[in-house]
Amino acid sequence: MSQKTVKFIITRQNSPETAPYQEEFEIPYRPNMNVISALMEIRRNPVNSKGEATTPVYWEMNCLEEVCGACSMVINGKPRQSCTALIDNLEQPIRLEPMKTFPVVRDLAIDRSRMFDALKRVKAWIPIDGTYDLGEGPRMPEPKRQWAYELSKCMTCGVCLEACPNVNSKSDFIGPAPLSQVRLFNAHPTGAMNKAERLNAIMGEGGLASCGNSQNCVQSCPKGIPLTTSIASLNRETTIQSFRNFFGSDK
Amino acid sequence: MAGSRDFFNRRLHSLLGVIPVGLFLLVHLTVNHFATRGAGSFNKAVNFMENLPFLIVLEFLLIYLPLLFHAIYGLYIVFTAKNNVGRLSYFRNWMFLLQRVTGVITLIFLAWHVWETRIRYALGQTELNYDMMHDILSSPVMVVIYLIGVLSTVFHFANGLWSFMVSWGLTVSPRSQRVSTYFTMIVFLALAIISVRTIFAFI
Repeated sequence: MSQKTVKFIITRQNSPETAPYQEEFEIPYRPNMNVISALMEIRRNPVNSKGEATTPVYWEMNCLEEVCGACSMVINGKPRQSCTALIDNLEQPIRLEPMKTFPVVRDLAIDRSRMFDALKRVKAWIPIDGTYDLGEGPRMPEPKRQWAYELSKCMTCGVCLEACPNVNSKSDFIGPAPLSQVRLFNAHPTGAMNKAERLNAIMGEGGLASCGNSQNCVQSCPKGIPLTTSIASLNRETTIQSFRNFFGSDK
Repeated sequence: MAGSRDFFNRRLHSLLGVIPVGLFLLVHLTVNHFATRGAGSFNKAVNFMENLPFLIVLEFLLIYLPLLFHAIYGLYIVFTAKNNVGRLSYFRNWMFLLQRVTGVITLIFLAWHVWETRIRYALGQTELNYDMMHDILSSPVMVVIYLIGVLSTVFHFANGLWSFMVSWGLTVSPRSQRVSTYFTMIVFLALAIISVRTIFAFI
């Protein structure tokens, strides 16, 4: 009896220094599988489609519900989360690759440190520590809170950086995600007190100006964050900020 | 100023593409359009432009220097992109690629065009008039080169207008960016019709 199977072509790599190679797998189909449960099946029985025993495919995962950002990979050419990539919706053979915009650690696992470095660079936080209790912050208007909430859904998954043609080894562009976080923290009434610092940070090397408006980020973001709206809004803010910097301002 | 050279150069690149280079393109296409009214009209219009006061200063300040900066920095922008329309074939990603492709074509075309008309005129090898263009366009190969060059140029200008409005924060919301897409594509079509008619007026 022939059993229904799922075919995979996986781009693997043993270590950051070694060359990538492809390996094919064919595993039994189960209803409602996603890419992660398929990878778990390969891990349970690491045999490739030629019947040879191999090392289990290595990948990262955590929440399994598209809120942590750990399981990003390139699936059939598109960067996305593997936890929400349902096998029934994918064309076979399913091609899995690591997001090569980032350093590959092993197989499908990548190192997203550059994103966290970028968040530090743009000061994506709200300083609230003082020598005394600063008390409650001002209230936020509800309509503003609603769109700011959308921006806060960013899980630093790296999909927008992988999709962006201007984030690559030839450019030092920090990518859309940290830019949108600047808009989020500048929108907060307390965060707005450090607005100029953040705007000046993204006016530095590899900052906002490196965006080329391909708008792949907004098409690819698994959380549907309006990244290009954030970028355009920051373009407006930095235009004003650059005039303030040049001519001087008491704001 | 806290903003880096990167930020300043990129914004300058965006600005110069529209003011003054884009505006010059509009003037240039308008003046050339006199060719559709016959050789006499065209020669009269060219003669007027040729005899503008401070012409050489105007040319350097409003055309050559801004254009050179825009072109050289533009090439740098082209080479820092890693295009991926094969994997992510979204409309704006295609426009992103086309903007770069037409930019390079426009640069090559302009280098040839400036040599063939302005520099040869400055060297006294040709007169600036209807016959000069008529001679150039008497070769079918040159007609094709001019059609490709001019259409690339007007596309690059129209789509560049779209990204200029985003880069300076004029169009922020998705709706405003969609409306400006329609607007700039109408600009492209209008300029394309004008410039193609002009080319055929010389044949």
